[in-house]
Amino acid sequence: MYRRILRQLLYAAALILAVLVLNFLLIQLAPGDPAEVIAGEMGGASAEVMAAIRQQYGLDKPLPTQLALYLGRALQGDLGMSYFYNRPVVDLILSRLGPTLLLVATALGFAMILGTRLGMLASRNPRGIASALVTVLSLVGYSAPVFWTGLMLVILFGATIPLFPIAGMIDVVKQGGPLVRALDIAHHLVLPALTLGLVYLAQYSRLTRASMLEVLGADYIRTARAKGVGERQVFGRHAFRNALLPVVTVAGMQFGAIISGAVLVETVFSWPGLGTLAFQSILARDYPTVLGILFFSTLIVIIANLLTDFVSRLLDPRLAGGR
Amino acid sequence: MVTEPVLDIRNLKVDFATRRGVAHVLDDVSFSVAPGELLAIVGESGCGKSMTALSILGLIPSPPGKVVGGSILFQGRDLTRLRQSELRRIRGGDIAMIFQEPMTSLNPVFTCGEQIAEAVRLHQKASPKAAFARAVEMLRAVGIPEPELRARAYPHQLSGGMRQRVMIAMALSCEPKLLIADEPTTALDVTVQAQIFGLLDELRQQTGTAIVLITHDMGAVAEMADKVAVMYAGRIIERGPADAVLDNPGHPYTRGLLASIPRVDADPDADLPEIPGIVPALTDLGRGCAFAPRCALAVDACLAAQPRHVAMSGDHSAACIQLESGEVSA
Repeated sequence: MYRRILRQLLYAAALILAVLVLNFLLIQLAPGDPAEVIAGEMGGASAEVMAAIRQQYGLDKPLPTQLALYLGRALQGDLGMSYFYNRPVVDLILSRLGPTLLLVATALGFAMILGTRLGMLASRNPRGIASALVTVLSLVGYSAPVFWTGLMLVILFGATIPLFPIAGMIDVVKQGGPLVRALDIAHHLVLPALTLGLVYLAQYSRLTRASMLEVLGADYIRTARAKGVGERQVFGRHAFRNALLPVVTVAGMQFGAIISGAVLVETVFSWPGLGTLAFQSILARDYPTVLGILFFSTLIVIIANLLTDFVSRLLDPRLAGGR
Repeated sequence: MVTEPVLDIRNLKVDFATRRGVAHVLDDVSFSVAPGELLAIVGESGCGKSMTALSILGLIPSPPGKVVGGSILFQGRDLTRLRQSELRRIRGGDIAMIFQEPMTSLNPVFTCGEQIAEAVRLHQKASPKAAFARAVEMLRAVGIPEPELRARAYPHQLSGGMRQRVMIAMALSCEPKLLIADEPTTALDVTVQAQIFGLLDELRQQTGTAIVLITHDMGAVAEMADKVAVMYAGRIIERGPADAVLDNPGHPYTRGLLASIPRVDADPDADLPEIPGIVPALTDLGRGCAFAPRCALAVDACLAAQPRHVAMSGDHSAACIQLESGEVSA
């Protein structure tokens, strides 16, 4: 048990190192000179100032040295200074991590809970109306691009029926205690989380439906019926737990994808998270920040995978026994 | 036997709607089992043995399956007329069933003990703790060593034979009046097969449970069965006391089945006799005897009409035209 955890952690560490190196090299391939961008921000600069900027950020050193310096500092928790915000990248990212995690977790939670329910409902009668509705919903949800869904929701709830705020995370005018603040954030969260979650809701409902239909044909379901288990229990207890396994696996693997989806949603809804930051940093050629964000997303994905592994083991005793 | 039968199936007909037309999966199936009796249903794959078993419990997949005629009397009640909620109380309680695939018949995410305890709690008033204790007790009764430990094991941690014992423990946990065993040993090693059959026989003698045993194993039939029903293409083509059917088979198909059993004393170089041809598709059975195309003794009249059951001696009867005309060539 402990050996397995240790092995997984070592594996994760190696992965993080590889990602750091790869990201660094990848960004070097991108066109554009950060020094020029910084100089441009300052309204133009002489060759001497450009040289000074290059020296200040270590851009004048050979590539292997730059990489070594970057890795050395990264291991100490220093991801450099943002050219654009002139703040340590780590501080910058940590200040934006909370909103993104809140958004992603809400969207995934909503998609997971509602999606599996809908899928289960649809599997009760694979030729019924509920099943057809779920199939259509998942097709629409699957094929509609996130930014389009977002814009449509903005039009619907921002203009036609103004129920929810369409931009930002907090209302600066509102004053009050922590509860008022939490409710305010929740209110702002509705549309972005819905937008981000809909795609996954569609996927999970379809996946759950397919998985349930497969599990319902299994011998142990026949056994359950033969021993007198009621249909509700057959579905909710005997089949659902088995059907949930592939859904959990897929959800875990999608964690990386949902973070990239968050970039679009955050941009549409001006959500002050990592996605907005990534978007701005790329436009500004703020390479240390871009690298930092890539690094943090890698971390999140690795942690999500470890968690998925853990949950799968809880759900399926066959996995818990070890290899 | 004078005792009232536990199960009395009369003229049961089950149809399946398929893309190629209606398949008469069960056609005019009748048999009965008395308490403590063991009835063996034999026949090739696809002849309707498992469908018979599933229809007793009301578990035939519907749609496409449907009981279109006949009755299944269990302790005097017609199961085909009961509502699902009433049937559910009987399933696992008064009638229990074990299946041919012990590897996949247990739910992988619950422990063996939990699954047996669930059956107990569905049919008896018992606390979770008492039900689990009952599960351990049942595991011990079916000869599982260290039952306390095994009750906490998940199915994948047990061998096939052990899992089938768990299934039997589960089936017997509510002291059923009738146990349906659908090829309980097909997936098991030969030595384990013998153990499972021995266990079933022992339990039947101890508890007086009637058993319907669906099997290919003619050896087990000879050893354990009181009565035999031979099925072919959805019909019972011969039935009677086991001794009578095995010693004096009336139907050419039964004779073919018996001839194709490997024997220790046979010439090892000789080919094992087999019945030529395959089981016909149930959607396009002709008007006549379904076995006629494969039968060495078939005459034109065989294809004209369905042969009637002809009594050979006492309860022993077979449906073959040769018996109708009195030309018994046994």
